[in-house]
Amino acid sequence: MKVYIERTDEWKEVNAINVQEIFQKLKINPTTVIVTRNNELITENTKINDNDEVKLISVISGG
Amino acid sequence: MACKKCVENPVIQLPNSNVNLCKNCFIKYFEKKVNKTIGEYDLIDKKDHIVVACSGGKDSTVLLYLLKKLTEKRKDVKITALAIDEGIKGYRDKSLDFLTNFCKEHKVELNIFSYEKEFGKPLDEILKSYNGVPCSICGVFRRYLLNKKSKELNGNKLATGHNLDDESQSIIMNYFRKNIKLSARLGPITGIIADKRFIRRIKPLYFLTEKEITSYAFLKGFMDKFTECPHDADSYRAQIRDMLNNFEAKYPGTKHSIITSFLEILPVLKEKYKDEQEIKSCKICDEPCSQEICKACQYAEEVVKNFTR
Repeated sequence: MKVYIERTDEWKEVNAINVQEIFQKLKINPTTVIVTRNNELITENTKINDNDEVKLISVISGG
Repeated sequence: MACKKCVENPVIQLPNSNVNLCKNCFIKYFEKKVNKTIGEYDLIDKKDHIVVACSGGKDSTVLLYLLKKLTEKRKDVKITALAIDEGIKGYRDKSLDFLTNFCKEHKVELNIFSYEKEFGKPLDEILKSYNGVPCSICGVFRRYLLNKKSKELNGNKLATGHNLDDESQSIIMNYFRKNIKLSARLGPITGIIADKRFIRRIKPLYFLTEKEITSYAFLKGFMDKFTECPHDADSYRAQIRDMLNNFEAKYPGTKHSIITSFLEILPVLKEKYKDEQEIKSCKICDEPCSQEICKACQYAEEVVKNFTR
């Protein structure tokens, strides 16, 4: 599936069955992002399908 | 696994726990937590005029929305938004556009003050002739204007969007740099001494993580494309932030532990440092400071050439 990383503004192709696996494969710290699937917020245990649009939105913002 | 409180699909697993919550239950949890902080630390009093420090980022936008919502029925409490335009092209101009529209939509008075008007130049220009860390000079100017302009707007409290992540970073930064005295000014409500020259600061989002706040902003539809300040990457704080985030991922609950441990010793710190420093008035601008001339005026004269007040 394609995963969008907001912080670096890029799409990456990832083979994963859930969000935790995406974090592991992309080496992303789970405390630094929220995850949406088809524009709905999801938890880290949520299973995902190949045709889902997954976005990792950074929680860090300068004040 | 369904929401702990109902049968809906969960949208978040709360930090440092195995509790999953759906959208509605999370929003209730979040607002209850803010309300609890306000109540426990007496952040809002009768007849308060609360000036909310807004950047157009997610934390202060959520803060502004909630303070407005939670004080809706209190006719004696006034909420005003205050923003500082540092003059960072491609960053602050975008977030202030978002904030301006947000304030219009939610019927909040917004006041914007800029470095260019107040100090003579926007930050982008100032940094061309300043060799120090950008956050140092910018932080001094920003804190200075927040205090001064809140008073000019007749506010008696300044609310900031500081969260559990910000506060745990500040605590650790002060330890690492042997600046423990500065930590006496932290906490959900700041101020060691009652001095009319200083506006009291309140932090209603104190016990919420950045991740919870971003989740709330997303669920409420407040998400713009919030970006990081382009000058932030190399800052000391950014390094502490990354270190704590790595620790948190490995040892969940680290940041909560830093905060709760700190709050136990905060009364001792406040007591220890309450009389230590005489507060003077700056000879140039009359704002409170520890030396004859405040740091903002020093920077303005040294760094911002052709500066006239």
